[in-house]
Amino acid sequence: MTETTSISKVTGVNGNMVSVEFAGAVMQNEVAYVLPADGSRLKSEVIRVRGREADLQVFESTTGVKVGDPVEFTSQLLSVELGPGLLTQVYDGLQNPLPELAKQAGYFLKKGLYVYPLDKEKKWSYTPVAKIGERLKAGDTVGTVPEGIFKHRIMLPFAWNGEWTIIKTIEPGDFTIDTVVAEASDGSQTRKITMVQTWPVKIPITAYDDKLLPRDPLITQVRIIDTFFPVAKGGTFCTPGPFGAGKTVLQHALSQRSEADVVIVAACGERAGEVVEILREFPHLDDPRTGQKLIDRTIIICNTSSMPVAAREASIYTSVTLAEYYRQMGLNVLLLADSTSRWAQALREESGRLEEIPGEEAFPAYLESLVASFYERAGLVRLKDGKLGSITICGAVSPAGGNFEEPVTQATLKVVGSFLALSRDRANARRYPSIHPLDSWSKYASIVPKAKIDAARQMLRAGNDVNQMMKVVGEEGTPTSDFVTYLKSEFIDSVYLQQNTFDPVDSACGSKRQEYVFDKILSVINKSFSFSDKSAARTFFQNLRQAFIDWNYIPWDTDDFKAQEAKIDELLATA
Amino acid sequence: MKKIYHRIIQISGNVITVEADNVANGELAEVKSPRGTSLAQVIRLDKTRVYLQVFAGSRGISTDSEVRFLGQPMRVSASDALLGRIFTGNGSPRDKGPALTDNMIDIGGPSVNPANRVIPKNMIRTGLPMIDIFNTLVESQKLPIFSVAGEPYNELLARIAMQAEVDVIVLGGMGLKYDDYLYFKETLDQQGALSRTVMFIHTAADPIVECLLVPDMALATAEYFATQENKRVLVLLTDMTNFCDALKEIAITMEQIPSNRGYPGDLYSQLASRYEKAVDFETAGSITILAVTTMPGDDVTHPVPDNTGYITEGQFYLVNGRIEPFGSLSRLKQQVNSETRSDHRALMDNMIRLYAEYKEALEKQSMGFKMSDWDSKLLKYGNLFEQRMMDLQVNIPLEDALDLGWKTLAECFTPAETGIKTDLVKQYWPK
Repeated sequence: MTETTSISKVTGVNGNMVSVEFAGAVMQNEVAYVLPADGSRLKSEVIRVRGREADLQVFESTTGVKVGDPVEFTSQLLSVELGPGLLTQVYDGLQNPLPELAKQAGYFLKKGLYVYPLDKEKKWSYTPVAKIGERLKAGDTVGTVPEGIFKHRIMLPFAWNGEWTIIKTIEPGDFTIDTVVAEASDGSQTRKITMVQTWPVKIPITAYDDKLLPRDPLITQVRIIDTFFPVAKGGTFCTPGPFGAGKTVLQHALSQRSEADVVIVAACGERAGEVVEILREFPHLDDPRTGQKLIDRTIIICNTSSMPVAAREASIYTSVTLAEYYRQMGLNVLLLADSTSRWAQALREESGRLEEIPGEEAFPAYLESLVASFYERAGLVRLKDGKLGSITICGAVSPAGGNFEEPVTQATLKVVGSFLALSRDRANARRYPSIHPLDSWSKYASIVPKAKIDAARQMLRAGNDVNQMMKVVGEEGTPTSDFVTYLKSEFIDSVYLQQNTFDPVDSACGSKRQEYVFDKILSVINKSFSFSDKSAARTFFQNLRQAFIDWNYIPWDTDDFKAQEAKIDELLATA
Repeated sequence: MKKIYHRIIQISGNVITVEADNVANGELAEVKSPRGTSLAQVIRLDKTRVYLQVFAGSRGISTDSEVRFLGQPMRVSASDALLGRIFTGNGSPRDKGPALTDNMIDIGGPSVNPANRVIPKNMIRTGLPMIDIFNTLVESQKLPIFSVAGEPYNELLARIAMQAEVDVIVLGGMGLKYDDYLYFKETLDQQGALSRTVMFIHTAADPIVECLLVPDMALATAEYFATQENKRVLVLLTDMTNFCDALKEIAITMEQIPSNRGYPGDLYSQLASRYEKAVDFETAGSITILAVTTMPGDDVTHPVPDNTGYITEGQFYLVNGRIEPFGSLSRLKQQVNSETRSDHRALMDNMIRLYAEYKEALEKQSMGFKMSDWDSKLLKYGNLFEQRMMDLQVNIPLEDALDLGWKTLAECFTPAETGIKTDLVKQYWPK
């Protein structure tokens, strides 16, 4: 990494962009270090070359940099280290482990301090898989170590082309990550394999056989998502919404409750406080699916809003590369990127400093293609051993002014499979999650048959129409039958679409429970009621709502659950 | 001995350019002109050209004015001697006290390592039901007060400063009317709070570049008190829109491509690097930020309030002298309101939901529709809610305010109509 190919000098500083006159050759997106007089090493990346001058974006504050300061080029693209021990880690956008930085530098981040991302001391219980003489390709399993509840595959490095024959292996045992666990030859050269490999973040890992159409739903335990706007394993979805609409709370719910094997939380340019909760709580929260702690399946990439903006741009790529690495092990990975708008803004800042001709709202013209290529790194793949692995990407979008017409939201909508529109009105009315039931859409299949959902959706739409009408003609001008339609739609909304993520029971609604409760809701929708007047109808639905809300707070498959259901049935029989 | 440069090759807005070598980005310089001496800061380097932002503005600077580089970035003196003092944006005394030069620390320092943050856990009681019940203020929170010109936002800020339980108050005024500055000074003085207050005041008449320094000065001071003296610090900033406008002015001068309504593309990052200074240090004190952001044209989608809203942990809307229940939000309230009293959350959610329904009923009424029984109940409730809960001139402990909430509900509704979980109703419904 630190091998120097050429020494060059700074010629200009503009914000976090440094211009450098270089000697020798430089590569686009190559990593370089600016070396100011105070002895620090500021990591940077080449983003443009013009003549003998290269423009570097520096991943740090450039205060103190002078014209004439030396610059070191590394001939390496910006890369991450891939190996056992990534899970449970908290990294910044450049894969520096933040807790380790804290140990070395105290409360505040220190400029130019970088730490190796993996634990080099820890010993892993290694079991060889590939035998001597076996021919392997990039991504094939060489051996395994246990990490969390699954076997972490040590794979033939993705960057190795062609076929390699294993010529040396070691016996099973406890080793550190740097141990050479095998050697392989492609006929012309012999190379050593350790438990770690590096991969440049901006290039997708493609060591798989096929990309498949995502089919199976990824259960999130959020009712409105799983039932109405599902997302498939390997799919993509986005959650645009104005501030205060509950994006972050929703992302947290997803990170906790989703039935994924590995969850990668990319806090990209958002508040540090949001990550802290995950950081501090996940080590104590149980993952009901595995019996382990939630942190054991989680990696946090944390480049929050006050951290250097260029590293924010890198953080999105870092996180998706880690996702790809775990996908290569046949796992279902969920990547939560909050927020892709901040990433786009980082691109905009960079583009502005490069004085590129701006596109809409000063975003660079290549924004759309970058957004598309990011989401295209999601997908369901068949690995070379026939196993399936997937990456599901959820991108939060923070549209300026909450206006979905803006460039980032529009670029995102073109490439995602599911759109969960968060609504300020619903949030203001405390209807959480504030996913709008009429504006959102999904191209994936739900856990509930389509006909049933259509019936519910129909009722929601009709209820909304009646509500609009009532605003004009008033309640007394509305026929009772219409009024009941309205009450039914409100009923679906308040007991099914709304969900209390802060309640331990209500926040985790499994797929079985959803199917079961949804049928009960349908029976209410399909029932024809005859009420003497509107106030009788309102009272009935208020009572029914109360009974259902209480039901939602009772654990699934218990006697109390059945007892409450009996109460609801009784209530329904009275009308 | 530092070299003195005499040849200024460009003067544009408040930015001057000199040819100089061995100058560091962010370094301070002294610019001496016939009009006087001003500090300036390096904001860009291009080969031998050095771009300097002159704090006092470029008016009166001539092409042969003297520029002397100081070899250090902008600093502020950090010590107990700050308490009770009032400074300008560049740190010189605005009161008649002596200039402070002890223990100079850099302003605009690096971000707190997220791994060192702790989950906010301490409520800051303000004695205002609209805040304490519905949008609880939490230590280490950053919260803007969105408002428009003419609203009593500075009065609200002063009241919170007086009633909130904190150790040190740092007030940063940007583009403040001189009257408002005097108002703060007098109010804090009368309440005996001036001795725990530090003020950095940029008034509307002062040079615009100094406005840019105010948040950094205030927050560096706050960091000193929080980390070195283990104090709970409340930073009050008013008005952040003026700060953003100053940013815009400089960006345009520097010929940066504007992104939205003339504001620079890094507005979000600029605001975030200030607001993110709000933090609760695990083994030291804490910094809480309340910042007034006036919304130009009462438009929350304007770039300043919009970017702010995405950064801060909620927002208070101050409309017609009241904290608006809709839209106002404290994102951290969940961290503390389960610890206060078991009914706090349910009461908060349902009272607001019912108030929303009251608003709808009000709308219907204003359109001349007949009011149903339910509507009448809502109207009664809404009026009581506004009287009892939304008053900003009170100082009521949280528990009393919650009891008042139940009393209000019981005066208007039956338990089932409130939508509150049955067990809470059993416990708290007034008999």
